[in-house]
Amino acid sequence: MRQLINKFKRYQFVFTELVKRDFKAKYKRSVLGVLWSMLAPLFTLLIMNFMFGNFFGRTQEYYTIYLFSGWLIFQYYNDATNGGMNALMANAYIFSKVKVPKYLFLFSRITSSSINFLLTLLIYFAFVIAYKLPITWRFFTLIFPVICMFILILGVGLILSALFVFFKDIQYLYTVFTTAIMYATPIFYTTDILGDKAWIFYFNPLYYYVTYFRSVVIDGIIPSLRFHVIMLLLSLLLFGIGCWMYKKYNYKFLYYV
Amino acid sequence: MIDVNNVSVRYIMGDFKDIGIKEYLIRKVKGQMTIKEFWALRDVSFHVDKGTLLGIIGSNGSGKSTILKVLAGIMPPTKGSITANGSIAALLELGAGFDGNLTVKENVYLRGALLGYTKEFVNEEYEHIIEFSELREFEEVAFKKLSSGMKSKLAFSLASRVNPDILVLDEVLSVGDIGFRKKSEKRMREMMSGGTTTILVSHSMQQIREMCTQVVWLEKGEMRGIGDTKTMCDMYERYMKK
Repeated sequence: MRQLINKFKRYQFVFTELVKRDFKAKYKRSVLGVLWSMLAPLFTLLIMNFMFGNFFGRTQEYYTIYLFSGWLIFQYYNDATNGGMNALMANAYIFSKVKVPKYLFLFSRITSSSINFLLTLLIYFAFVIAYKLPITWRFFTLIFPVICMFILILGVGLILSALFVFFKDIQYLYTVFTTAIMYATPIFYTTDILGDKAWIFYFNPLYYYVTYFRSVVIDGIIPSLRFHVIMLLLSLLLFGIGCWMYKKYNYKFLYYV
Repeated sequence: MIDVNNVSVRYIMGDFKDIGIKEYLIRKVKGQMTIKEFWALRDVSFHVDKGTLLGIIGSNGSGKSTILKVLAGIMPPTKGSITANGSIAALLELGAGFDGNLTVKENVYLRGALLGYTKEFVNEEYEHIIEFSELREFEEVAFKKLSSGMKSKLAFSLASRVNPDILVLDEVLSVGDIGFRKKSEKRMREMMSGGTTTILVSHSMQQIREMCTQVVWLEKGEMRGIGDTKTMCDMYERYMKK
């Protein structure tokens, strides 16, 4: 038991140091760095708002918030999974020389993406306030999609990083995949444009997170229990597959890198 | 005490790793999948008593580094097993884990964590590490701006704080300028004394002859023998001259 606590303490130390490293690498330790990493997606948002606001803004209330909700979630998913995919390969020179669990590199990279996401979330709420949307206790339920998303991203990260060790071209395939995901998620368009093909959404986990956010923030409605269950199951399913793949292949990584 | 029992390690080479998923699927369908294997170690067995200073010698590509990785627990052997009593510290590459963009101070914590130190331990030892590495003025300087000598000084100072039962070393005995080299050699001897079992890989036969009490000779992944230092080193040198 004591050994286990020691082990945990040790890994926790490695983990926090790795998160710090990733975080500092991203922001180049400057205020402008933090600002810039938020401004860049914000500009994209404004451009999209300008372009699509004229089409979809006519039918959709609070279109800027609608767009921001979708963009925020997609950006988080995109950044965290891509970072996670590279995490093992980028740190291979460390874990081939030092005895340390490989998943720590993956988890720390995803955690630093998540911190970045939470910072962007602050700007998002600033927008919500600026657009005079009522802030209610229901906003606390947003923790649920965020947790689901975190679990899902860990799962996807585990799957991708395992594949990436064996197949270097998975990163190109994944770029295509994320583009597909981007268009399969109602980020800038409204869900009615797909008409009777709307069933596509049900297979896309991001659809649920985006819809959850919009439902709570714009309409002030908490989605149904069934909605929650589906979200949780999807996340756990992918996390389960990820863990299984990692467990099955992780000892092989060293023979390949 | 360490027991190495029939350890073999296989690497997968060429094809599979490089072709990517598209080629892989095409070849799988065509049935042209060929996997090249490379056995870095074949059936290696030896026994090391407590307090021994074991040297491992052999020409390049003989599997020395691989056996150290297996001993350090970084790489599980494909076949065979290793049993070791006590804590193991492995210093395979002094530089692994440092990040160029972080300061010297931040790197001490990062690398310390990777080495398996606790936060309290690094806190306690920090002053000592900086003092030993002679980098007092550079604490807040980015690691990449240090000279390579300074980098290895820091790496050594940090790594040599351990006091394990079993110490695994890959040619890291002495680094830096002459002054530091003396200091680091002294520290190495301190670490090795007091009942520590040490396993050391080196290309310097002089170092091996001076320090080791027992030597294993590996060639192309196979054991050529284990024995006392003089016999094994003489045999190896005769073999190399041919």
